[in-house]
Amino acid sequence: MKPEAVEALAARIPDGARVALPPDNSLPSLALAKALIRKGARGLRLIGVPVSGLATDMLIGAGCVVEVETSAVSLGEAGFAPRFSAALKEGRITVRDATCPAMHTMLQAAEKGVPFMPLRGLIGSDILRNRPDWKVIDNPFAGHDGDPIVLLPALQPDFALFHAVLADREGNVWVGRRRECATLAHASRHALVTVERLHPGNLLEDERLAPGTINATYITALAVAERGAHPVALLDEYGADNGHVAAYARAARTAEGFQAWLAEHVLAPEAVA
Amino acid sequence: MTDATIRPEERLAAVLARLILDPAAPPARHIAVGAASPIPAAACWLVKKAGHPVRLSLLHKRSGNPFTEGTRELFDLTGQGRIDLFFLGGGQIDGQANINLIGTGEWPGMGVRFPGSFGSAFMYMMTPRTILFREEHSTRVLVPRVEHVSAPGVSAPGVFRRGTAQALVTGKGVFRFDPARARFTLDSVHAGEDAASLRDATGFDYDAPEPVPLTPEPTPEELALLRGPVCDEMLETYPEFCARVFNRRQAA
Repeated sequence: MKPEAVEALAARIPDGARVALPPDNSLPSLALAKALIRKGARGLRLIGVPVSGLATDMLIGAGCVVEVETSAVSLGEAGFAPRFSAALKEGRITVRDATCPAMHTMLQAAEKGVPFMPLRGLIGSDILRNRPDWKVIDNPFAGHDGDPIVLLPALQPDFALFHAVLADREGNVWVGRRRECATLAHASRHALVTVERLHPGNLLEDERLAPGTINATYITALAVAERGAHPVALLDEYGADNGHVAAYARAARTAEGFQAWLAEHVLAPEAVA
Repeated sequence: MTDATIRPEERLAAVLARLILDPAAPPARHIAVGAASPIPAAACWLVKKAGHPVRLSLLHKRSGNPFTEGTRELFDLTGQGRIDLFFLGGGQIDGQANINLIGTGEWPGMGVRFPGSFGSAFMYMMTPRTILFREEHSTRVLVPRVEHVSAPGVSAPGVFRRGTAQALVTGKGVFRFDPARARFTLDSVHAGEDAASLRDATGFDYDAPEPVPLTPEPTPEELALLRGPVCDEMLETYPEFCARVFNRRQAA
């Protein structure tokens, strides 16, 4: 698999696509999110796996998003996600609230190719009340009536986007212990992955790296983007740039501040990788 | 360098640690701590550094993260009943121990939007005990009835759940929760507060003993552990918290 440019990966994502993103502790591709903003993506329906972070807030602020399905949107220690909150209040996005294990379970159903999977909990939560696509049945294996349990439909995103440390020339991708990216890649129609660097050998031939590797069969396209998670941390490669995130959070409190931040950090020619 | 001033965060960590070790509660062999929870994390480390055998799974630990099957592993463990204790907060918490992480106004939080429910709708029901924790103690947080239920404090008969709130800890005091009556009882007030100040700051009705005990202050041993080995463990995950509370910065 020949690595492409980050902008070429973004160009594969049509307006209106359902795009799944991991949050800030779990290999988000900020490089690809910025490329989507530069391309002027519109109508995206984002999926938080299982919650959403900085990339989601930026995409919403840039007007790329019409819907977010997620269990929370947060900038961690930097606080609430300001562009998400503003867009919700102004009615520019639809928010479909979920809860973390439900997001995982729906993706696992897609991974297995089954139409639904059950999950405990949730009954009595207003999340369930606001999700007509989630159903409650009586546990058919209980041996008695009156053991209600929730069924969740399979969730197959059009695209999974994430940033890994390594890819090899076959297109295998190493995510280490962040196996939620593997589940996500398995469940999605396409996985578009940015990586820090190329691995010289075949990742699947290495007994120690293979368990943290996603097989190339699930990967649609790759790009090399050094520091592609920045300002978010990436495993043991680099830590979070907390000052950068805090500066974003301050700037993004207003639409004008966000636009200025975007101009400097995303749209300026020197911001392009 | 001994700083005699007890910071509120240190007091709260010590309060939470005592609740974790409460012999009347189900055993806490394996505790998980979720996102953006530096004070509960400090409490757990305090329990561990004091020599109690407990397994801690900190979801946001970057190096040495406990989960190797992805972020779903916490929920799979909890689904099986292998996580004994979890912490939850709320933008609103009511007198029946319902929590609201969605927001105010029309669904989904058209007034003030909170971040969202995270795993609460599952964890609260599948964990044998939950400690509710929120530093802000005010009538806007502690309300008669939450505007939206992210996770319910009690469930209808027949609905599977392993436990509910053991206690609610705030910046002003500690409440115990009785699920049979779906009602809180004030357990103690922190230094500087009294029965009347708690009643004024709480939007829901609750029971209270007469007189209301004062929350014990952290011991010098607890403070030394918090400022030393506990802070060491927390620097990577909570750098801003460690800088603010313990005046310690991570080496570059």
